[in-house]
Amino acid sequence: MIAVAPPPSGPVPYAKDQALALLRDMVRIRRFEEKCAEMYGAGKIRGFLHLYIGEEAVAVGALHALRPEDNIVATYREHGHALVRGVPMDSIMAEMYGKREGCSRGRGGSMHLFDAKTRLYGGNAIVGGGLPISVGLALADAMQGVSRVTACFFGEGAMAEGAFHESMNLAALWKLPVLFCCENNLYAMGTALARSESQTDLCVKAASYGVPTLRADGQDVVAVREAALGAQEHVRSGHGPFFVEFQTYRYRAHSMFDPDLYRDKGEVEAWKTRGPLHTFTARLKAEGKLTEEEFLALDREADAEVERAAAFAEAGTPEPIEDLARDLCAPEGAR
Amino acid sequence: MTRMSYRDAMRQAHREALAADPRVFLMGEDVGLYGGTYAVTKGLLDEFGPQRVRDTPLSELAFVGAGVGAALGGMRPIVEVMTVNFSLLALDAIVNTAALYRHMSGGQFPVPLVIRMATGAGRQVAAQHSHSFENWYASIPGIRVLAPGTVADARDMLVPALAHPDPVVIFEHAQLYNMEGEVPEERSADIRSAAVRRPGSMVSLVTYGGSLPKTLEAAEALAAEGIDAEVVDLRVLRPLDMDTVLASARKCRRVVVVDETWRSGSLAAEVMARIAESAFYDLDAPLARVCTEEVPIPYAKHLEDAALPQPAKIVAAARTLLGRSR
Repeated sequence: MIAVAPPPSGPVPYAKDQALALLRDMVRIRRFEEKCAEMYGAGKIRGFLHLYIGEEAVAVGALHALRPEDNIVATYREHGHALVRGVPMDSIMAEMYGKREGCSRGRGGSMHLFDAKTRLYGGNAIVGGGLPISVGLALADAMQGVSRVTACFFGEGAMAEGAFHESMNLAALWKLPVLFCCENNLYAMGTALARSESQTDLCVKAASYGVPTLRADGQDVVAVREAALGAQEHVRSGHGPFFVEFQTYRYRAHSMFDPDLYRDKGEVEAWKTRGPLHTFTARLKAEGKLTEEEFLALDREADAEVERAAAFAEAGTPEPIEDLARDLCAPEGAR
Repeated sequence: MTRMSYRDAMRQAHREALAADPRVFLMGEDVGLYGGTYAVTKGLLDEFGPQRVRDTPLSELAFVGAGVGAALGGMRPIVEVMTVNFSLLALDAIVNTAALYRHMSGGQFPVPLVIRMATGAGRQVAAQHSHSFENWYASIPGIRVLAPGTVADARDMLVPALAHPDPVVIFEHAQLYNMEGEVPEERSADIRSAAVRRPGSMVSLVTYGGSLPKTLEAAEALAAEGIDAEVVDLRVLRPLDMDTVLASARKCRRVVVVDETWRSGSLAAEVMARIAESAFYDLDAPLARVCTEEVPIPYAKHLEDAALPQPAKIVAAARTLLGRSR
């Protein structure tokens, strides 16, 4: 067995309702994605499908620390972020099915979930592509006197891109309200961190831009939320950007096309001892904040939501071919 | 009518745009304190302050991408990229983000962004500062591409570009900044039509941007030989105004397209293909073009001149179509 840190443990410093809200969102993501994998096998979902299974505590903890008016910029592994933000599961599943009722009208699929209502600016499938956008969103807020945090999620692989370095520099130089959330799952597709970076301490890289940094256990939803709370407070109070590294692990392959040959099966199993759902559930039970019956009820609710979403997506309509170029450009003369 | 330079016209457009709309701001390399690489933005920092005239680091990808984000966030940014060669460092933000966000988000996220850049050769600044890639940009759905070739267009195209809800890329040929011309008091808000700059009947010369003055000069030389040439200025490179081009092609029955991009995959190639598709049987001669020779633009003056479209080459191409030789 490959050595990993001990499983997250210790008291959960939240009231029962709040703790269950975190657990509920993690279970919703897990059940949703299990269904996605099943429907991929059934041919209902095609293209690239990147599962977040194992990393749920990051989106849940971080987004529960933010406010509804904040901006979110995410990557192509963003089902969890969309769900936690409140994008209806129906419209996410319909998007995966390529239907008109999808949150991007079937134009984006799994990798490009967009939702103006919850200020979710994609779903970006260019590694690092969301970083400059987040700087601009924050610039717009700063120039308009709007108090708002722009949270930008990206993987550790994006830190090898020039976009990361240019964006960190610009955000720090102009003291912009960006919360940089690095989801370090140790592999940039199949390339391990140590095989691609001369400096594997990601906080050191970020700190070189004069940006304060924090590292948190991304398998522990409490640690994630607490780190994000402090970081967003710094950003929101006008002190400029903040960088948080969430150390996490993906239990599934990079995408449905990935044979997963670049990492030891023992490593995956070792990380599963640190699973964000079962460790959090155990802690809540130990504290008397959760009974098995309550867990099962919550799990059934998530299952039912997923089944409704799948039925909604199945019943959805295809975008008419005549609308192929719809929304490419504004109508002539529009302002 | 007022006489001014293309540079002054551009600056006036910026001043008016910044004054008219608090959402408008300008950012780019040395646009502020330095006054702009081509002095287009000189004085704007003093007039509008560092919030609205922002000097950026040499980070094309980040500041063009930040322009996309700022547009999404409710601003109306003007992003200046020093030259089209440098814009290649920001292609991801333009092509993979700005151009497709409206469509890929199912209509939720239009990007009202203006990106300006200098293009073209003729100043002996060698290959990495002299190329013309507007044909590449003009091939991308989701963006509008403008090429002001007159002083009046330099003054008048920026404001409607900012009012347009989608990304607009404006190409300013570096050889035009010193050009002087008369501009009417009245403003045009037209960023969709081509314009006939010189009416004629025997051959249609279709061009845009930095090649427009050369083409007009060629038309004068042709007139001296009794060849009545029409000059069409495309002005808008995407979407192309083919109605105007086809009307000219059908009238003159002979067409030369003049374009400073490389011949292979040039904008001329697209214009010619469309004329062939729609007006083949109206033509009396094969379509012709004058493009840049397929070499990196050289430094030495005589080599650079030889690489580029020149009035003499345009005249020769027109003569050939009319079966005349000297």
